[in-house]
Amino acid sequence: MIFNPEMECMDPAVRRELQSERLRNQIRRVYERVAPYRKKMDDAGITPDDIHSIDDLSQLPFTNKTDLRDSYPFGMFAEPMKNVVRVHSSSGTTGKPTVVGYTHFDIHEVWAEVMARTLACANGGPEDMVHVAYGYGMFTGGLGAHYGAERLGATVLPVSGGNTKRQIMIMQDFGSTILACTPSYSLYIADVCREMGIDPRSLPLKSAIMGAEPWTVEMRAKIEETFDILAVDIYGLSEIIGPGVASECAEKCGLHINEDHFYPEIINPQTDQPASDGERGELVITCLTKEALPLIRYRTHDVSRFLRDSCACGRTLVRMERVSGRTDDMLIIRGVNVFPSQIESVLVSVEGIEPHYEIVVSRSGSLDEIEIRVEVSEEIFSDEVRGLEGLRKRISHEIESVLGLTATIKLVEPKSIARSEGKAKRVIDNRNK
Amino acid sequence: MQLKQLSVFLENRTGRLAEVTRTLGDAGVNIRALSVADTSDFGILRLLVDKPKDAVEALNSVGLTVRLTEVVAVEIVDRPGGLATVLSLLQGSSINVEYMYAFMERHRENAILVFRFENPQKAITILQEANIKVFAAEELVEM
Repeated sequence: MIFNPEMECMDPAVRRELQSERLRNQIRRVYERVAPYRKKMDDAGITPDDIHSIDDLSQLPFTNKTDLRDSYPFGMFAEPMKNVVRVHSSSGTTGKPTVVGYTHFDIHEVWAEVMARTLACANGGPEDMVHVAYGYGMFTGGLGAHYGAERLGATVLPVSGGNTKRQIMIMQDFGSTILACTPSYSLYIADVCREMGIDPRSLPLKSAIMGAEPWTVEMRAKIEETFDILAVDIYGLSEIIGPGVASECAEKCGLHINEDHFYPEIINPQTDQPASDGERGELVITCLTKEALPLIRYRTHDVSRFLRDSCACGRTLVRMERVSGRTDDMLIIRGVNVFPSQIESVLVSVEGIEPHYEIVVSRSGSLDEIEIRVEVSEEIFSDEVRGLEGLRKRISHEIESVLGLTATIKLVEPKSIARSEGKAKRVIDNRNK
Repeated sequence: MQLKQLSVFLENRTGRLAEVTRTLGDAGVNIRALSVADTSDFGILRLLVDKPKDAVEALNSVGLTVRLTEVVAVEIVDRPGGLATVLSLLQGSSINVEYMYAFMERHRENAILVFRFENPQKAITILQEANIKVFAAEELVEM
C-alpha cells in the first residue's frame, strides 16, 4: 500500500517545481525569522532573491550541529514559542543536548504524514496493530512512530522501551502485527523469547520498521529469519524531524526519501562540494516544509549515495542507499578507514555467527590495535579446540581480506557483551585515554 | 554405549572454573570426570556428570554455552602398557581419537578412559570385539 500516491508517485519534474517553490518560501522565512541564518547568508553575500530554484541550493551555507548548540536551546526556531507545540531533544553524548521544536503543522502535516508513509512501506494499513517499542519521551522515536500509526488509522500500542517480557506478552495477547524498535533491541527480544521458551516466529508480527542505529543487510536477514517478518530500514534524525525522513519499501532496495518535505544532497565531506550522482558521500538535508525548526543544508554526517533507477513499488521518491557509516565516527586504524558496519558484515558472513560483537581499539606504542570480541553462541561452539581456533582464524582472515586490517579476534562467553535496550554501542576506543 | 559429555565454553579468567563448579554443586550435580582444554584466551571444559540434563539446565541458566557430545568410556587395567594396548587396537582399525582423558575407578584397580571419536559406533564395536569393557550411562551414574 502507498499512503499518499499523489506525492509519493509524483512525476519527478513536477516534484522539482514543487520543491523549488517550497525552497524559495523557506529561505525567505528563515532569512526573516532566524538570526543565525540571516547572519550566515549575509556573510556569504546571498539574499533570498538569489534563490530561484533547487538548482541554487548549493550556494547556501551549511548548517552544522554546532549551530544548534551555539543557539541552545531555541535560538534557531523560526516560530515564536506560542506556536511551538512540542519540543524533543537528542541524548547529547557530548555536552548539551540538541533541542528541536515542532508546530501543530509540523507534527500533523509533516511528521505524522511521513511516518504513515513509512508504516505503509512496511505493508501497514488501518487493520494493523503497531507495537511501538521505541522509547517515548524526549527521544523522537516513540512519538514519531505513534503519530504515524494514528494517521494511518492503525491501532497503536504505545509500549515504549524496556520490560522485554511484558513486550512479548503484549505481542502475544494483543496481536501486534508491526514492530517499531531498534534492530539490536529486536534481537534482544528474540533472546528473551527463547529464554521464556517462546519461538520468536510464533509471534503475530508480520513486519517491522527499524532504525535509529547502524545495521547491515546481513543483520536484517537474521532478524527476518528469526521472527519470520519483513524488516524495513527507516532513516531519520531529530534535527530534521525524527524518524520519517526516509524508509525502505517492501522491495528493500534502498530508502525512499520523503523529498517533497526533506530535500537531500550528497556531498564530498572533504571538499564540501556536491558528489557526482551515485557516488558515496555525506547526506545533507534541507527542510522544505517544516515551520518551527527548518534547517537548511544540515550536515547529517551519515554516509550514503543516491539510487535513481526506478523502484518496482511505483514510488518515484529518490532512494538513498542504506547508511554505510558516519563521517564522524568512522574509525581510522593504521590509516585504514573502517566502519563498524563493515566488521559486522564480515562477522555475519562467517557462517553461523550471531551479530553480538564489540570492537575495542587501543594504541600500543604508536601502533593502533583492534580487537574484535565475538560471543560464542551454541551454533558456533565446538567441543574441540581446533574447531574454535579454526573459527577464529576464519574471522581474522576474512577481516584481513575485506578490510585490509589485522585484527585480534577474541572469542567470549555468551551475553558477556552488554546488550542495550536502545542504541547498540559497538565500539570502545581507548586510544585517547 | 555412548555417554553424554557436557562441553562448556569458558573465557580464560580467574575464578571462572570455580563459578561453574559451584553452579553444578548448587544444582545437586555430581561430577564424575573432568578435563579442560585451554588456550591463552579460552578453555573448553569437558564434564561427565551423574545428571546431564540438570547440569545443562543449570549451566544454561547462568548464560553459559553448553554442548552435549557423545563420548565413549572404556575400562583399562591399571598397569604399564594398559593404555597402549587399547590405542594400538584402535590404530590398527584406523579409528581417530579427537581427544581423551582418564580417571580412576573408586573401588577397583582399573582406570577409565574417556574418548571422543570421529566415529564412536565403529570404535565401540571394535573395543567390544576385543573384550574391552565399554561403560553404559547407568554404570557411570552408579559408580
